[in-house]
Amino acid sequence: MVMSDFKAIEVKNISKNYDKGKIVALDNISFDVKKGELFGLVGPDGAGKTTLLRIIATLLLQDSGEAKLDNFDCVADFKAIRQRIGYMPGRFSLYQDLTIEENLNFFATIFNTTIEENYHLIKDIYVQIEPFKHRRAGKLSGGMKQKLALCCALIHKPSVLILDEPTTGVDPVSRKEFWDMLGRLQHDGITIIVSTPYMDEANLCDRIAFIHHGKLLTINTPQNIIDSFGNVLWSISGDNLFSLMTKLRAWQNTKSCFSFGENLHFVSINAQITPQDIMHYLKDDSVQVSKIVPSIEDCFMSFMQN
Amino acid sequence: MKQFIIFVKKEFYHILRDPKTLIIIIGLPIIQILTFGFALTNEVKNSKIAILNPTIDETTTKIVDRLEASRFFEIEKSINSPNDLDAAFKSGKIRMAVVFQNNFQSNLLHNKKADIQLITDASDPNIATMVSNYATAIINDAQTELNPNYQMPYQINIATRLFYNPQQIGAYSFVPGIMAMVLLLISTMMTSLAIVREKELGSMELLLASPMKPLVLILSKVVPYLIISLFNWLMIVILSVWLMEVPINGSFLLLFLVSLVFIVASLALGLFISSITDSQQVAMMISLMGMLLPTLILSGFMFPIENMPLPLQVVSNIVPSKWYYSIVKDIMIKGLGINAIWKETLVLVGMTLFFIAVSLKKFKIRIS
Amino acid sequence: MNLAIEVNELTKKFGDFVAVDHISFSVKKGEIFGFLGANGAGKTTAMKMLIGISIPTSGNATVAGFDLNRYPDKIKQNIGYMSQKFSLYEDLNIIENIRFYGGIYGLSRKEIAEKSEKLLEKLDLQSVSKSLVSSLPLGWKQKLSFSIAMIHEPSIIFLDEPTGGVDPITRRQFWDLIYEASENGTTVFVTTHYMDEAEYCERVSIMVDGKIAALNTPKQLKQDFKAASMDEVFYQLARGAKRSDH
Repeated sequence: MVMSDFKAIEVKNISKNYDKGKIVALDNISFDVKKGELFGLVGPDGAGKTTLLRIIATLLLQDSGEAKLDNFDCVADFKAIRQRIGYMPGRFSLYQDLTIEENLNFFATIFNTTIEENYHLIKDIYVQIEPFKHRRAGKLSGGMKQKLALCCALIHKPSVLILDEPTTGVDPVSRKEFWDMLGRLQHDGITIIVSTPYMDEANLCDRIAFIHHGKLLTINTPQNIIDSFGNVLWSISGDNLFSLMTKLRAWQNTKSCFSFGENLHFVSINAQITPQDIMHYLKDDSVQVSKIVPSIEDCFMSFMQN
Repeated sequence: MKQFIIFVKKEFYHILRDPKTLIIIIGLPIIQILTFGFALTNEVKNSKIAILNPTIDETTTKIVDRLEASRFFEIEKSINSPNDLDAAFKSGKIRMAVVFQNNFQSNLLHNKKADIQLITDASDPNIATMVSNYATAIINDAQTELNPNYQMPYQINIATRLFYNPQQIGAYSFVPGIMAMVLLLISTMMTSLAIVREKELGSMELLLASPMKPLVLILSKVVPYLIISLFNWLMIVILSVWLMEVPINGSFLLLFLVSLVFIVASLALGLFISSITDSQQVAMMISLMGMLLPTLILSGFMFPIENMPLPLQVVSNIVPSKWYYSIVKDIMIKGLGINAIWKETLVLVGMTLFFIAVSLKKFKIRIS
Repeated sequence: MNLAIEVNELTKKFGDFVAVDHISFSVKKGEIFGFLGANGAGKTTAMKMLIGISIPTSGNATVAGFDLNRYPDKIKQNIGYMSQKFSLYEDLNIIENIRFYGGIYGLSRKEIAEKSEKLLEKLDLQSVSKSLVSSLPLGWKQKLSFSIAMIHEPSIIFLDEPTGGVDPITRRQFWDLIYEASENGTTVFVTTHYMDEAEYCERVSIMVDGKIAALNTPKQLKQDFKAASMDEVFYQLARGAKRSDH
């Protein structure tokens, strides 16, 4: 990993409103992305991720604050920035009536380069879709469209890759593959900023920012965020989770109780509580209680509640 | 330059891979010309006419017989005095009256000159024009047949007078009208749709995030439709001349050049529409409501502008097709040259520059 | 009869392409049934047939007690459907949306009024009942849209990726609604891309290449595939898919 202290992206006090101030999309956001870093913007739909990425990609003007990419100002030097970024919007935006090859060739040319010149960058990804290169983009499956879009964003060897929810609506297998590709690109020295609504993907980033309702909740490495959870987290399993959850939520000792797959994740306001206390309260033989390490999703929910 | 070429290439892929739209673009002018052309010729068949012939002689009888023998005319009645003409037209049965001079044959023989007046009901100007054109042709034919040996000395003068609508527009007015309409529709609507589609599909976002310059983008959107419009124009001209037998009395080169100016004006208008809209639906509505209707109503193609109330006459000046329509009429039908049309052409050039300037200024280099 | 859905050799072909390939399964009354599969595996096509908006090429199914091939309209009366893409009119307010959907299912004015009040109270939306749907956060919209899909008390509710992109807390609140509906006897048929949500289902089926590759309780599936999570089960199955997404 070629990470340095040189900053690839600097965002300072960015705010953005829509509808004459009625909707606050971004509220005083500041953060940096280091050169060579894989940085994740994690938050649900409507959190402000797209707005933020568009400002960095020079496609939208902020109301206040400033953003820089490779030391170029995102407003004044937009032309220089457009030369050096690879941008992949949230919606598939390539030409559906052009083939894979035609799309790639088109985007290579408008960036004043050729497929051959930077083929080494896209090779790993392109070989997977190359057998279908004469197929029109509109006829491709979701995962293949994504690979093509990534190739088109990479073909001019950008210094920073800006990816807006590249894995939304893609099945888990394709999502895993996509993140593997991002890891390889990072090795090639490309800085990547990526947004995602999937909490489990956060673990694959060097650092992440939680974003919700236009505010940054926290910025840190996934490990540090998990370490700073601050409460004891209990995993509870049993035969009827729904009734157990209803029961726990009614308990005066409960801070939060959420379902997580086949278990419940439970946090008490009482730091000294023991598994025996919990089992005693639930009065159910099938119940098992164990102490667990929180996931990124636990952390996000705890930040949301604060 | 490479950017420009690949962009134009891409536009052609879009156009060629959407066969439905392609058929409409190419088929529209053909269908327009054929329907208008044939509908009008059919209207003219078996038109009822009246004859005012004070001195019946060999020549007049021959001419009347010729008129009656053609499939276009049917003699409804003979009139004895010019005073009855009004009543004959008011009855609504006749479309034209053929009025011979007193002592027609003797005038023709002694003075080598005789007059026929054709009076038509121009409440439907198109039909009036056609009827008088056919009659003129038949009378001319008869004349050559009557005097096979001495052609020039003996001359029948035909004077056409249009009842109800004296400043009636020139012959075959539908051809210039269709030219204006088709070119405006194809150029304006297709260009605006092509740009707005990129906004709607999201590809505009990608193009904006690239180093591509707005001017390159705009020009490469315009070029394919310029080519298609020129092709359409040529097709209309060919169909009109060969199938509809509409003459090109003036210079073909001049006609081509002003048409080029008009196409560029329409393309610029399309660019302007695309710069103020974000959805194909709205662009389509503006093109149809804002372009097609004014072209039909305010260009003089369907209704003579002179007969409109003053406010509408003033408004008609901002409709580009009004100017083009008048130019094409002057060149094709009246056979006039650059002296007669330079003002109108200048207006079109001005409009083009205005729209290009506004669209370049309004072109958004960011999303909203 | 205690089956809500019974599917027998259901098949859909588009030309040579067999989107859904002779699938058979059944869903019990009141069950929460997870319908998973990679993109392109045929889940959406299968779901469209079950809700009566796509005609099967061959095979049959009984949904809510009605024969799919003979009475698709009866089925539509007795099921609720909520899709991720579209459910509510963004330019109508909450109350107007409720009235519209109530009207579509033939509820009387009195019934609609009673139900809207209950619904707004339950979702805690009384204060914003006159706001346009477009102004609501996504999570609220999805909860509202679910409740509206339930307004005619259908015996089965079909949910197509109802929680895509929703924040983790609202996502769980949404599942609370699903549990509650199931407790009240409604059968829930749901698709999702979140594998933790697959665990909330009583039984899960996973489609691969138009066929049902696995169907069981999440617990049993994990045992059978020697996997620690549903995510892994899914991965093992979908990785082998031929017409996949990758």
